[in-house]
Amino acid sequence: MRGDWRVGAAVGAFLVYVLACGGEQRATDAIVVGHVASMTGDTATFGRSADQGMRMAIEEINSAGGVLGKPIELVTEDDRSVTEEARTAAQKLLQRDRVVALLGEVASSRSLAAAPEAQRAHVPMISPGSTNPKVTEVGDYVFRACFIDPFQGAVMARFAVDELHAKRVAILFDFKQDYSVGLADYFRETAQKLGAEIVADERYTSGDIEFRAQLTTIRAAKPDAIFVPGYYTELGLIAKQARELGIDVPLLGGDGWDSEKTIEIGGDAVEGYYFSTHYAADSDSPRVQAFVTEFRTKYGATPDAMAALGYDTARILADALGRAGVTDGPALRDAIAGTKGFDGVTGKISMDDARNARKDAVVLKIEGGKFRYHRTVSAE
Amino acid sequence: MRARPLLGLAALLAFLALLDAAAPRLLNPYYVTILSRIGIAVIAAVSLQLVNGFTGQFSIGHAGFMAIGAYASAALSVFAGAALLEAAAQLVPLPLARFLYFPVALIFGGLVAAVAGIVVAVPALRLRGDYLAIATLGAGEIIRIAILNIDAVGGARGFSLASPAHPAIDLRFEGLGGVLAVALLTIGAIARLVYSGGGLAFRAVREDETAAESIGVATTRVKVEAFLVASFFAGVAGALFAHSEGYIHTNSFGFVRSFELVAFVVLGGLGSLSGAILAAATLTALPELLRGLGEWRMILYSLLLIATMLLRPQGLLGQRELWPISRLARGAK
Amino acid sequence: MENLLQQLLNGITWGSIYALIALGYTMVYGVLKLINFAHGEVYMMGAMTGYYAAHALGVANAPSLGSLVLVLIVSMAACGLLGALIERVAYRPLRGAGRLAPLITAIGVSLLLQNAGQLVFGADPKFFPSLLRSEEVLRAGSIAISNIQIAVLATALALMAGLQYVVQRTRFGRAMRAVSYDAPAAALMGVPVDRVILGTFVLGSMLAAAAGILVGLSNPKIDPLMGLMPGLKAFVAAVLGGIGSVPGAMVGGLLLGVIETLVTGYLSSTYRDAIAFVILVLILLYRPTGLFGAPQTEKV
Repeated sequence: MRGDWRVGAAVGAFLVYVLACGGEQRATDAIVVGHVASMTGDTATFGRSADQGMRMAIEEINSAGGVLGKPIELVTEDDRSVTEEARTAAQKLLQRDRVVALLGEVASSRSLAAAPEAQRAHVPMISPGSTNPKVTEVGDYVFRACFIDPFQGAVMARFAVDELHAKRVAILFDFKQDYSVGLADYFRETAQKLGAEIVADERYTSGDIEFRAQLTTIRAAKPDAIFVPGYYTELGLIAKQARELGIDVPLLGGDGWDSEKTIEIGGDAVEGYYFSTHYAADSDSPRVQAFVTEFRTKYGATPDAMAALGYDTARILADALGRAGVTDGPALRDAIAGTKGFDGVTGKISMDDARNARKDAVVLKIEGGKFRYHRTVSAE
Repeated sequence: MRARPLLGLAALLAFLALLDAAAPRLLNPYYVTILSRIGIAVIAAVSLQLVNGFTGQFSIGHAGFMAIGAYASAALSVFAGAALLEAAAQLVPLPLARFLYFPVALIFGGLVAAVAGIVVAVPALRLRGDYLAIATLGAGEIIRIAILNIDAVGGARGFSLASPAHPAIDLRFEGLGGVLAVALLTIGAIARLVYSGGGLAFRAVREDETAAESIGVATTRVKVEAFLVASFFAGVAGALFAHSEGYIHTNSFGFVRSFELVAFVVLGGLGSLSGAILAAATLTALPELLRGLGEWRMILYSLLLIATMLLRPQGLLGQRELWPISRLARGAK
Repeated sequence: MENLLQQLLNGITWGSIYALIALGYTMVYGVLKLINFAHGEVYMMGAMTGYYAAHALGVANAPSLGSLVLVLIVSMAACGLLGALIERVAYRPLRGAGRLAPLITAIGVSLLLQNAGQLVFGADPKFFPSLLRSEEVLRAGSIAISNIQIAVLATALALMAGLQYVVQRTRFGRAMRAVSYDAPAAALMGVPVDRVILGTFVLGSMLAAAAGILVGLSNPKIDPLMGLMPGLKAFVAAVLGGIGSVPGAMVGGLLLGVIETLVTGYLSSTYRDAIAFVILVLILLYRPTGLFGAPQTEKV
């Protein structure tokens, strides 16, 4: 029994050693920027896309001489798609790597976990793709490079009522994802304001593969259109099963559909559907085409919305650094807030007073097995 | 002779207060977070050990009680605590008001979780072994899905510990001293409970329920009591988690979390508080120290679990305790 | 009315998947009194091996009945082996070590397969190749049933009938029943208990693999974590029908599928996953032996 204290002492000593290794200093000449991302886990594809976009942007910037005469170094910390890990990842980047800015996260819940840390450390944070309005409400150091759900939900609601002339609309949303819940809420609100009737309001959970029960109920309500603001992971099957049940009204979605896998899984079933997103890969804007070509060359895949947003976010940061002239928090923060008319791949971006990006949304149509640009909806 | 324990207690309190004040200055906040998480894991593991290790009831949905404690205490703080603190700040200095409020929030979380514990225990404890395990797993899932659907605490959006009506009040409690104090209290309470004369009943139920029943042990009551205490402390752990993280989401309380707790308890040794503490501390700290582990972490856990069951089923410490718990344990024999 | 019929159809088709998985649970529980937590992962492996087999054998783009049968055979064989491996390595050493150790090990194996699957196959969902071309076959008013759903039902029923035959009409089946009833006595009578248990695992795993392929057919999105929920629900189905009873598992599976679909369609889609657990609690409270089970006395 006496020997037991040695075990305790060993563990204790180990912990003390760990604690003693306090802040590591990075001996480098670069401007260090942190990226909190879900590189593994449930939403790994989004995190990785964003990371790829950012890295490509930073390589471009560095090969053109960097910013303020120095190269930018991106340090990515994986939060494994776990909410509280986003916070520790942010802390590590802020405390140990002493980053001048934090990029991320893609999921609003994880941005909400990480943002307070950035705010407290007075280090600016820009989320490339979190659309929940609450994220930027955390504090004046938190920004985002994308539009927010109230805007996106309204976009598709208007599209349904104005262009598709839908009077009866059904909603099928993922109640486990805040993105989907939020988007559904705003869509519902706007659609009703525009005089449409919500004839069915069904839910599912991400990870489900069987939707026939909900779809049958929706079918019985005879909607003119169905809003499915979820992620591409479920959308493919929802579309297939809807077709099998004989539902031929269009399905509408948000930027969660923006992935090659939507067509891979959905196949013929998703023909003729529409969704809103941040950019159109087939847009004839030379800016977009250059980006798409370069991305394809570097990574061998067509960039999705998250990649484009990651790209723009990194470039917005670099631009702000240039304008600020220094890397310290308050000055950089002000520079980011002053972003106006930035020419991004995802549109012309201006930061509004709530630190959200004012930019247009595009509606894409799935036609011939591809995403095709349909129209632009400008921010009010 | 009375003076010694009191002196010890005073010294401990002084140390904890010092820790609370000094930690943010001496330690990287990143490390403070890790140590906090270790403390919370220890509390949750020790509470589960009471049910799984000492009473022999296999509960694998424990994260559900943590969730209830977290959300209940967070709701209290946001919807009532902030207003209370603001009012109290007129009379006493705010830090004092916060210091007095914090235990209230924790206890509230624990109590609500304890109520849930009874609700789950009464039907579930009629079952044995594997059925009980599945039932508790199911209960954990039902709890999580139910919370996910309560819009008032955010649902899928998660819940921030900030009251929009009282923005100046900081509802977060990130002091290491607090976590350590609660951890010590929990360990002390459960150790005394288990290693007392009455505590023998738990182990009697574990060893042979039918025999215990036949010699007059009120087995159902004992099992429910274990569940009650365990869910109370799990709720406290959850409340601590909520108040130190500042933002909670049901994703943090799924069955992966429950399995982690089971792993702590089994690997440490079913029936050893010290084992649960060691396992919880080491396995929580490890992934942070070896940040590159990522996806291998869960593979490691599962391999460890299987290997332990095959090669050393008594876990690290079996039913032995380390000092100072061993003193308590020996005293009880 | 049409709506109800459609929902019933949805429920029965979906429930037949549960039934196939539940059969594995119930058989293993019958002979070993063990809940094979890892069974859901065998189902997942069935789908995964089917995916890779279809691509490797080149039938991924050649939908036909033959392709389906081929992939089924390959997958069932592979998973039968997996089941045998799990039994041999993880469960057999623990026989006689009480109920807790095998349960914990089972959880460990389940977690291992899930996470190793994520590592090896990648966490991203995969699109299961269509081994049968999807066509609408029946349309009575607004009720629709596709040929794939018919294929799923038919295959499931055929496999269940096959299993019933094995259990009731073959020597192996008789040995299985003997071991379930009283293992030591069976051993005394010369029944090779170890081999019977191994065979039971193999059979159960083969059925789970088939379920995986059928799900890949009708709900073609597969990923390494797809086995967790269906595994748990299939267990509930087995309990509902009476754990240890083969017809019970079949009925339990179909019933659970129907109840789940009806509640989701008519009451609320929110609690879809929770329904199974609620049923579990209710069954264990009011009729713990399930619909077809025999009451069990506990020997002191």
